[in-house]
Amino acid sequence: MQFGGRKKKSSTIPQSELYGQHLQFYGQPPLENISLSEFETFAVERLKLLKTVENLGVSHVKLTDQYRRKLESQLKALNFPYRPDADDKKSQSGPIEYEKRRKDHISHFILRLAYCQTEDLRRWFIQQEVDLFRFHFTELVPKQQLAFLHKNNLHYDTISSEEKTALKDQLINSSFGISGIKVMEHEFYKVPFQDALDLVRLRKVYLKQGYAYIPHQDIVTIVLNDFRTRLSKALALTARSLPAVHSDERLQPLLNHLSHAYVGQDYSIQKNVGKISLDQIDSLSGKSFPLCMRQLHQSLRENHHLRHGGRMQYGLFLKGIGLSLEQALQFWKMEFIRGKVDADKFDKAYAYSIRHMFGKEGKRTDYTPYSCMKVILSNPPSQGDHHGCPFRHSDPELLKQKLQVYKVSPSGINQILELVKGMHYQLACQKYFELTHNIEDSSFSLNHPNQYFLESQKLLGGGKDIKREMDAPQRSQENSASKGSTGTQEVAANTSQHLAEMTEDLESFFQEA
Amino acid sequence: MPSSDYDPASLPDLLPLYYRRLFPFSQYYRWLSYGGVQKNYFQNREFSFTLKDDIYVRYQSFSTQNELEKEMQKMNPYKIDVGAVYSHRPSQHNTVKSGTFQALEKELVFDIDMTDYDDVRSCCSAADICSKCWTLMTIAIRILDRALQDDFGFQHRLWVYSGRRGVHCWVCDEAARKLSVAARSAVTEYLSLVKGGDETIKKVVLTEPIHPFISKSLEVVKEYFSRYALHDQDLMGSKESVEKVLALVPEDARSYLQQEFEKEKKPEKRWKLIKEEALRKQSTAKKGQYFENEIMLQYCYPRLDANVSKGVNHLLKSPFSVHPKTGRISVPIDVSELDKFDPFSVPTISLICEELDRPRPGEEKEKLEDAKEKADEKDAIEKRKSRDYKRTSLAKYIKYFDQFLDGMARSWKGERLRNSDLQKEF
Repeated sequence: MQFGGRKKKSSTIPQSELYGQHLQFYGQPPLENISLSEFETFAVERLKLLKTVENLGVSHVKLTDQYRRKLESQLKALNFPYRPDADDKKSQSGPIEYEKRRKDHISHFILRLAYCQTEDLRRWFIQQEVDLFRFHFTELVPKQQLAFLHKNNLHYDTISSEEKTALKDQLINSSFGISGIKVMEHEFYKVPFQDALDLVRLRKVYLKQGYAYIPHQDIVTIVLNDFRTRLSKALALTARSLPAVHSDERLQPLLNHLSHAYVGQDYSIQKNVGKISLDQIDSLSGKSFPLCMRQLHQSLRENHHLRHGGRMQYGLFLKGIGLSLEQALQFWKMEFIRGKVDADKFDKAYAYSIRHMFGKEGKRTDYTPYSCMKVILSNPPSQGDHHGCPFRHSDPELLKQKLQVYKVSPSGINQILELVKGMHYQLACQKYFELTHNIEDSSFSLNHPNQYFLESQKLLGGGKDIKREMDAPQRSQENSASKGSTGTQEVAANTSQHLAEMTEDLESFFQEA
Repeated sequence: MPSSDYDPASLPDLLPLYYRRLFPFSQYYRWLSYGGVQKNYFQNREFSFTLKDDIYVRYQSFSTQNELEKEMQKMNPYKIDVGAVYSHRPSQHNTVKSGTFQALEKELVFDIDMTDYDDVRSCCSAADICSKCWTLMTIAIRILDRALQDDFGFQHRLWVYSGRRGVHCWVCDEAARKLSVAARSAVTEYLSLVKGGDETIKKVVLTEPIHPFISKSLEVVKEYFSRYALHDQDLMGSKESVEKVLALVPEDARSYLQQEFEKEKKPEKRWKLIKEEALRKQSTAKKGQYFENEIMLQYCYPRLDANVSKGVNHLLKSPFSVHPKTGRISVPIDVSELDKFDPFSVPTISLICEELDRPRPGEEKEKLEDAKEKADEKDAIEKRKSRDYKRTSLAKYIKYFDQFLDGMARSWKGERLRNSDLQKEF
């Protein structure tokens, strides 16, 4: 991609060919000139879109009507393509379909630049893009899906009726939910088994002579995996060409900000240091701590000890809610001394690791409090551990007992257990929030224990100070943007001003999310 | 007597003889070159040797058949393993820029080890095998070979006796050699039915729909079950064995069967009772109605070592390698005569070395002819070599290997023609 001044040049490929379909694999990067402002706008709007995809994915079961409706409305609002059969023949106000698809194309590639840099970023980006692709693909009818596949050189061939008849029994017995009637009515695709590994691995497909016979309902899985693999490879390639991109001063600040913003807040900046006193913690743990931290706090009080996993998860959380290093040291020491550890041993063995958490030792990384994803997915607890996510890691019976002890109503407990069964751990925690705060609907999408705490404090009224602190976004990027050679200074200054506006925009967007 | 009383201590004396006069180098080279279709395929192949005193050397590679021969005759390895074809010559891997030396291709391989069945065989345990439990290997080969061919379309499958207590499979098709780690893992998962370690009592659970692969595998098991399990393993005989089997049956059926078994002592009749009970369950219950099949599979279905199959760079014992503990040669198994294969009649290195030294009628004349052919020495050596192994029990196995290679050669020829057409060589 080349970046000219503020002028837009037309592309050299005829319009009708380039964006013939509303959905694409993003195989070819855009080959046109684009203005910086369009670059920024496209990127930010796609990021908003992907953020929405993420939130909807957490708070709804994917592809239900409600999910679809909400996602569609966001696509509309941000001027991205949302209807498979939209074309420009019908007159409409606002951007024409072609422009929407172009925006979709370009914005995807811009975000690749921002999100290829680390494993975490890549994983997040891929996940949302896959979900978005799934939404679009499943909006198509089978004929359109087949056309899409063929247009993208995925020559999944359907099998003839004769072959279907011959293989009928095997096909019925290989795939779940396929009856004799379905076999004859629906399409079956013949695909080399190497392209259907997920189905082969689980033995959910009929194999013959190296080919997998996939019912239409399962072809989506295959296509999604293909999309995911391609994107993953592409991101790895993109990462290699990053140094060249970063040397462009106009782009670097925006790309940095984009990749930082995906998390919204990671609670790494301590905003309320010293606002919490140690003697408040006990009562706060009952009122405003998420279940995982409440559990950890309780174990700590009962056993006067926590193992490493628990110390990390809880210790960083406490840092996030505003405990200072001195407070933290005092807190842990006071508790450990009550147990088997004497003051000396604490200073020798445990103090170091607490200081480490605050970035005062070793390579001085200021560790960030764990997000829900991290707690749920990494470092599962073993015998003697109390960390992790209780909704994920506790035996349902034990979880039930615990909730009863914490005076959650029986019907509430059932709702929570249902969500746990469906593996919606964060939703379960949100339900716990709603039940313990006596509200109908929590207005946020839970993805971080510290977020839980802040929302709780907000609700309970004591959080006015805290809220104001939350609004100050990081403005450091703009300063670095203004540095630069005289030649580009004007451009850079414009960029930084624009960036500042954009930044506010983004931050306030994430507050709502 | 086939084994001719092999003594491990004699290996240092026998190996040199084996590698100089019996090891089928030209067939071996023919195999691993794969028709020369891909450049440097043989040269970039990793071998590893286990030498005397358990010295293990990796990243061995060779430019030519001759180099391979010379090296093996020099080192006299106790064990030979074959690894992957790499991006560069393995022997030069230290000179390659870090990160660029990579395993690119390898045959898809499987390793079935009798020790993995210890919880379900009563005749032997650990490294021991006998003719009774060998049936498990027969069943394993039948089931897996069918699936690799019919389900996955692999044509060139070489089954090899490991020399002691198991069998290996080398799938040599081009498509197989090019499989990714993910693909190998998926194939292995597809072929796995017995899951769980010591802690797991019930290792096979079937749910509807029953995939055709499972049905076909069950058909094979059923062919052997009566003789192998009921008779040879006496599954329904001893109290201990019966208890273990009944532990796999749902509780309500279990108490009923336990009662019946007080009266009925005949193994066949007892098994019939189990079948009938299972049938009854199928018409009423939603779960746990396949326990008859589950028992058969738990006791007979092949148990794969997944780690062997998944890695592209995994090293596996080479065909025609010697097993140091038993002296047996890792010979290919003729699948068309599978039921006749007897691991105890596989030749040992001591046997074939002894057979080598036995004089043959007309040999004196051949020695004179050899002297006359000094001009074409290489040919003479080859000829003599082939006369050598043909005198031993190794002959039929090498012949089978030749046929296997002939089968593959037909596909190589096509590839070479295609490639030369592309390059416009005439």
